[in-house]
Formats: sequence, C-alpha cells, structure tokens
Amino acid sequence: MSKGVLVDITRCIGCGSCTVACKMWNNLQYNQTAPDKGSGLNAENWTAVNRVQTEKNNEPVWRFVKYQCLHCEEPACASACFSKAIKKTKDGPVVYDVNLCVGCRYCMLACPFNVPKYEWNKTFPQVRKCQMCAGRVQTGESPACVSVCPAGALTFGDRNSLLAIAREKINSDSSYIKQIYGEKEAGGTSWLYISDVPFETLGFRTNITTTPLPHYTESILSLTPAVALGWGALLTGMYVYNHRRNEIAREEKEPGDE
Amino acid sequence: MADKDKWRFTMTPTRYVLLVLSLVGVLLMVYRLASGLGSATNLNDQWPWGMWIGFDVLTGVALAGGGYSTALLVHVLGIKKFTPIARSAMLTSLIGYLLVMAGLFMDIGRWFNFWRPFVSWGYHSVLFEVFWCVSLYTLVQLLEFGEVATEKVQKGWHKLFKKALPALLIIGVLLPTLHQSSLGSLYVIEVGKLHPLWWSMMLPVFFLMSSFFVGPAMVTVETMLGARAHGHKPDISVLQSLIKVSGYLMLVYLVLKVVDLSYRGATSLVFMGNLEGNMFLLEMVLGIIIPIVICFTPNLRSSVGGLVTFGVLVVAGVIINRMNVVFTGMADFMGGSYFPSAIEWLVSIGLIAIGVLGYLFIVENFNILPNHKHDQAPNLNNSINTSTSSIELSN
Repeated sequence: MSKGVLVDITRCIGCGSCTVACKMWNNLQYNQTAPDKGSGLNAENWTAVNRVQTEKNNEPVWRFVKYQCLHCEEPACASACFSKAIKKTKDGPVVYDVNLCVGCRYCMLACPFNVPKYEWNKTFPQVRKCQMCAGRVQTGESPACVSVCPAGALTFGDRNSLLAIAREKINSDSSYIKQIYGEKEAGGTSWLYISDVPFETLGFRTNITTTPLPHYTESILSLTPAVALGWGALLTGMYVYNHRRNEIAREEKEPGDE
Repeated sequence: MADKDKWRFTMTPTRYVLLVLSLVGVLLMVYRLASGLGSATNLNDQWPWGMWIGFDVLTGVALAGGGYSTALLVHVLGIKKFTPIARSAMLTSLIGYLLVMAGLFMDIGRWFNFWRPFVSWGYHSVLFEVFWCVSLYTLVQLLEFGEVATEKVQKGWHKLFKKALPALLIIGVLLPTLHQSSLGSLYVIEVGKLHPLWWSMMLPVFFLMSSFFVGPAMVTVETMLGARAHGHKPDISVLQSLIKVSGYLMLVYLVLKVVDLSYRGATSLVFMGNLEGNMFLLEMVLGIIIPIVICFTPNLRSSVGGLVTFGVLVVAGVIINRMNVVFTGMADFMGGSYFPSAIEWLVSIGLIAIGVLGYLFIVENFNILPNHKHDQAPNLNNSINTSTSSIELSN
C-alpha cells in the first residue's frame, strides 16, 4: 500500500522539530543565514515550517505550515525526467537517483509545487528535495520528521486510511475547512493537509489542475509513433513519386542528359 | 565540380574579431565546465532554465528549421526552383544544430552523464524524444554534409554518400518534424504555470509551424547577406516564391492562434495592456501580421527591401515567441529574477562567432552557393558588414 502523511495544520505549534530531524537524518547542512523557519525550501532545507499571519473570525491568528515535497501519486517530475533519475516507489516516496541524473533541471520546471531545488554552488550539482525518508518507509518506519513531532500534527500511514481519518476529522469538527489538500491536487499527493483557515491564505497553490500532469504529455507523446510512421511513409511516397516524375520529364526533354 | 585541393580562409578584420570572440567563448566554456553552473550563470532555484536553454537551444533549433523545410521543398517535393538555396540552408542548419548541442552541453549540470538517456530510457518524458531526435538528426545532417564534403576530400566515399542521400533526406525531414513540435510539448506540462496566452495543448503544432515558416525567412536573410558579401546579385524570383510558402503557412498559423485563444477563452488577455499582453501583441503583429502583408503585396514582395524586412521580422518574431514562452510567460509564476550573466552572454556570442566562422570557411572551400566559386576571395569591405550584421541578427 502506498504510504502518506496527514498534516493537521490546526495542531502544529511551529516548534521546528521536524526540520531539525530532517537535517540530522539526511545529513543536511545548517545555514545561519537561511533558516528553515520562515523561508522556503532550498538544497539544504528539504522541509520548512512557514509562519503565516492570517485571520479567523476577524481576529488575527498565526498558523504554521510545514512544507516539503508532496510526493504526487503521479509525479510530474518523474514523468519529465528523461533518464529515469526520479521515480515513485511503490511505498509512496518520490526518490532521486543521482547516478542517472544528467542535470537538465526539467523536473524543477515540471513540478507544480516548485519543490525540487538545485545545488547551484557545486561543480556537479544534485537535484535536492524531500525523499520522504524512503529507506525508513520501506521498513515500515515513519519519516524522521513525523517521528519527532511533539504536537501530533503529523500522522503517517496508508494514504487511503489517512484520507478516511482526514474526512472523519473535517466532518466531525465544524472549525475545519471542508477540503483535504492533496486529495485531488495534481491528481493526488501522498502528503495530505487539513486546516481551519482557507488553504490559499496559507500559501498553497489552490488553482491547480486535478488531472495528473503526466497525462497532458502522454496524450501528445502517444501520437508520436503514428505521426512518425504516417509522416515517414508520406515523405517516402512523395520522394519516390517526385523523383520518378522528374526523371521522366528529364528523359523526355533532354535525352542523354546526366 | 569544385575540386581545388587548396584550403583557403582569408582573414579580414571582422574575422579576427569573430576569432577573438570564439576564443573567449571557448575559454569561458572550459571555465563553466570546471566550476559549475552557479559560478558561471545567474540561474537560480526560481529560474532553473535561462539564456542557454531559452536562446541557444530552443530558439537555435527553431532558427535552424531552414534545413528541414528546404530539404522537404527541394528534395522530397522536388521543387527544382529552390535547388540553388538548398545547400546553404542545410549547411546553416547543420552548424545551428552543432551549436545547439554545444549550448545544451554547457547547460547540463552533470555533463559527464550526458549519455545516460541513451541507456536509461525515460521514454515518458518529452525531453527524451527531443534528446534522441536532436542527436540523431545532427548525425544525419553530418552524413548529408558528407555528400558535399566528399566532392573535395576523401572522394572515394562520394558514391556511397550519394547513394545513402535519399534515405538520409527522408529521415532528415522526419526527425525535425518530431522534435520541433516536441520542443513545444516541453511546455505543455507547465499547465497553470505558463501564462494562458502561450500555454495550449496546441503548443507542439505552433512550434512546428513556426520552425517551418521561419526557414524561408532565415534563408532570405542569409542569401541577402551572402550576396552582399560576395558581391553578386541575389536571385529575387527564387526568394519571392520561397517566402510565399512561409506566407501561406503563417496565415494558417494566425487563424489557428486566434481560434485557439478564443476556444480557451483567453482572447481578452491580449488587450489587457500588461507585459504579457503587449509582448504577445508584439510577437503577433511584428512577426506574423506585418510579414503576411508584405508577402501578399506583390510590389513589396518583389523588392529587395521588402524581402529583407520580411526575413528580419519573421526571424525576430520567432525569437520573441520563444523568449515569451521561456521568460515572459513564466515570470509571473516563477517569481524571483534572472538576467543572464556576462559569461552566459559571452558563451552564447562565442558560439555564434564559431558558427559564423565555420559557415564562412565551408562556403569558401566547398560547393555550397550556386554562383559563388569557392576559390574566389571574399570582397573585403562587404564581408565586414555582413559578419557584423549577422551577429546582431542572431542576437
């Protein structure tokens, strides 16, 4: 079964334990000038907790939004990779294999959530993003970030049961927004979010297509064989026809030429 | 047949300048490969693709479209009247593709891994198709040039090349059809990110059509420059009929664009007066509508000025279109900022300088142009003008 994580934004206290656990487990550098709180993702920050000041019932409130790769069910980055360096594992994580990576960065462009980042300062850079602790998930453990959350904001489990939990939560408590972010976005993601303030005010991209992005390209790429064969046959036919016609014309006009 | 065994390449002041630009470019390319993208370019996490992909690759491939469009007209459809321009158009295309390959190599982060897609097949990626088609097509073009080259060197192979030519020509039209359209398909996955004035499921069709109709425009510009440089009269009647091919295709393109915009309900975005709307208008009016008017006004079409204007405008229009897709249309979503670094500029300029020198050398040593004997020394003053203006054009 494909695993996932449910983020309950109402529970997050913004302590940042998850970001520290992420750095330690994945051996990422800590950079004083680019703290993982309040700033976006980068090559060394695979997850960040963004503090958002917004309004609820006309009163200013703070919300903390943990952000990382959402691990799409049908990832655009993996479909965009022309050397199969990015793959979706059967457990759920979307993982990167540096040995196959050419460094074209089409994955960065394809991602609907702008997640993959690049090691611009290295001679041979890698694409960097959350791997959902694929090694841990494979052995049935939760990702490092989930395992340290002291507030119960992160729940690890089968995506389907997480969806059921989320649905139950938002239906039984009227303070929740009646939407599970990640259920349908970009065709569905392994990471799911529920919240008590609208997702667009928290910086989520809400106008996103619900069709899995790879389907767009597949609908075009699937035409390639037919176009190649048909056009190739037509070209050959036209070539042969026109050359024969020219030959005949030449023979009739100037016998013995060439 | 031209079979002087001597090689000649008369250096003029312009050519020295080009040589210096080439050398600077090569040195900076070595620096970039050794030091990485971050220190050589202004690319960043918001703008992972910049000038090298946007201009050197996407625009470069489109402008090299003159090769396959001419090959289709002359060799497949057998329109003999266009034969005189075939070799130079196909040579420009070959050089264009070699430069594109060099530009692409500069842009990939892990360049020692460039061969991976040949063995690790990410066949669900549009880039996979582009990679294979562009690589194979460059090889096919090198083999096609073999037929020209063996008129002078390794003459024993000439018959073999001549025999293989029909197959090469057909593959050499088929492959570009696939990858020119695929370059547009690359941006189909940018759904919701690329501005709706440019994002469309029709992107592959638009990219294919524009790469085809820019062909005759490039050939026109090139022929005019070449004629001035080598002091002979350009054959206006050939160019006149050639640009009509573009003209008809551009009419269809214009209609398709309008239909596509209204089908997607994006027509109102054109006249918003914002950057995207204005850039779109610029691209369509300058690069499509004015050239169509020139093309179908006999007085304009038959004049040297009209032909040159047509060529320059269509080329500029396609450049603006590709820049709009890569930069203007993505800016709103990507945020951040990007402007090419000095190294990005100098490498791009260096590549073009290498291309121009290569073209001049080959034209003067092989049978490329119909009424230009390859052993004839270039007209010094004119070739200076030509080379400079061709650089300005390509930029």
